[in-house]
Amino acid sequence: MSSRFLVFVIPLVVILVFWLMAKREQGQSHDPTRKGFFERNGTVLGLVFIGLVAFWTLFLVVLPYLYMAVESFHPKLVPAKRGGPEDVLTIAQYKSFFVEPSSGDWNTTHLWAFGYTIVISIIITALNFAISYPLAYYMAQAGTLQKVRLLMLALIVPYWVNEILRAFSLRLLLASKGLINQALMGIGITDGPIDFLGNNTGLFVGLSYAYLLIMVFPLYNAIESLDKNQIEAARDLGAPWWKIHRDVVIPYAKPGIASGCTMVFMLSAGSLAAPQFLGGPRTLWFTSIVYDFFFQAFNWPRGAAYAFILLAACIAFVMLMLRLFKVSLGETIR
Amino acid sequence: MTSRFVMKGMIGFYIFLFFLYLFGPLAVMSVTAFNTPAYPQAIPFESFTLEWFVKLWNHRAMMEGLRNSFIIGLGVVALSVPVGLAAAIIMNQIYHRARGMFYLVTVSPVLTPGVIIGISTVIFWKDVLGATEFTKEYFYKGIILSIFGQSSFVAAYCLLIIMARLQRFDRAQEEAALDLGATNPQVFWHILLPFLKPALISAAVIAFLTSFENYNTTTFAILADKTLVTVLAGEVRQGTTPALSALAVIIIGISLAGAIIYEVMKRREEQAAARLSERARIAERSEIVPAPV
Repeated sequence: MSSRFLVFVIPLVVILVFWLMAKREQGQSHDPTRKGFFERNGTVLGLVFIGLVAFWTLFLVVLPYLYMAVESFHPKLVPAKRGGPEDVLTIAQYKSFFVEPSSGDWNTTHLWAFGYTIVISIIITALNFAISYPLAYYMAQAGTLQKVRLLMLALIVPYWVNEILRAFSLRLLLASKGLINQALMGIGITDGPIDFLGNNTGLFVGLSYAYLLIMVFPLYNAIESLDKNQIEAARDLGAPWWKIHRDVVIPYAKPGIASGCTMVFMLSAGSLAAPQFLGGPRTLWFTSIVYDFFFQAFNWPRGAAYAFILLAACIAFVMLMLRLFKVSLGETIR
Repeated sequence: MTSRFVMKGMIGFYIFLFFLYLFGPLAVMSVTAFNTPAYPQAIPFESFTLEWFVKLWNHRAMMEGLRNSFIIGLGVVALSVPVGLAAAIIMNQIYHRARGMFYLVTVSPVLTPGVIIGISTVIFWKDVLGATEFTKEYFYKGIILSIFGQSSFVAAYCLLIIMARLQRFDRAQEEAALDLGATNPQVFWHILLPFLKPALISAAVIAFLTSFENYNTTTFAILADKTLVTVLAGEVRQGTTPALSALAVIIIGISLAGAIIYEVMKRREEQAAARLSERARIAERSEIVPAPV
């Protein structure tokens, strides 16, 4: 049980360290105009602010994450045995990701599913960037105000139709009795229906479709603030269109690109709906495996360990994007 | 000139394709909601019916889910908007060395897959609320856990929206009010809050909508209860029925109406602002050019 109590101590220690540092610095500088937090906000409001933010950052963010991390280093036990002598720290759950504990062989199924999820998510991210960039550029720079407003309105409506129903709508199109197969057979291109869901086409289209707008909005916001004169100047100096984009627009839109790519990658790697409703019976998406550990195998520690592996992959991707585009986290998330 | 013309045509065609991709599936689904066959199909269109809307209305689990979704949505708004506001204010005033850390902690839920947020919420609160019989009995509930799980990232959205507006706040207004003898709470209630009102409203709207359509976090945090989206997911997993299409038609209709109302309101606001600035310009001109004596 001690390791679980430690979770509660760590954030308190961090806060205490910062508080002591702040106190020391305050003691060193003698600035009479400086006001304390409670002086500036009033005691009651100050307490309310701190209470709300402490509840959020500690109980809704930091502690659950740390607690999940600790849980992933424990064995799977029945509730009665938790906290007993068998409840020791172990890396068995992480090891099981690489080596299947029952047979001792490499855990190829899960390793493959993980690699597949990451690679496909990267491809989907690149694809969505390619699809969204021209529209975002057109809306931000080329279109008239009236037109842009109309396009924006048209983008917002499908955005609020939830993920499940959007997956459902694609399934109606791609199913063996769906409209696309009807059309293909009607024209005579194929004799029998093509199994779009079984061969993972449905999954790819579903992922791309679900997170298309997540890419459009940050790109639009980034390109919109670019001064039109810069593009004009480049054009007057004789730059061809692709050079304008490569050397003027894209460097300027870097924070937006980083933001859109990060979000699309994170959402598709963590997607549940698309693989569940648009995948075939043999589709192995990493989140589906995590889901099954919770709802079918009831192996929470192993599920937590797998969730943590996914989280590590997402953090690595964010860092990579920030490094690649040389932007800070603050510029990316706005 | 011809190359310009070709370019324009290509852009038009591209935009057409983009919106075909975006709206095509939704349009086909909408047609199936009004067609009679039990398997949702658009073509051939056999005959017009509203039967599927009636089926939807009588779907008890879905109606219960809808009720829970509303409760959770309101709970998330009630928790996330004040938290976002408080965090935005603290972000400006926090000890400068701790700001980076604070920022990282507050935006990390935005970058975490919803599945992981849901899992960590359940694992953590199961032990915390399960510590005593009383809390286990009354607080270890799907609705409460969903509010907690969703709020962890929705509050971050609220923080970002409110912070963007707070950065444009003129501290001189606060100073002036304090010099005139206002107390700190008075400054907060009568100056800061009215200034932030538009941001608070949009934060509340986005919080509610995000909560309402969330699946990844909720499917874990909801435990044995259900929301509209988790019921939907169960239905889609079991098979396909045009009643789902009917629900989609209703949701599309509501979002369309909302978007149009928003656009009309914005246009009115702009016209009013334009009139105001025009009046100001006239007034200014009459001051600069002295009236003939």
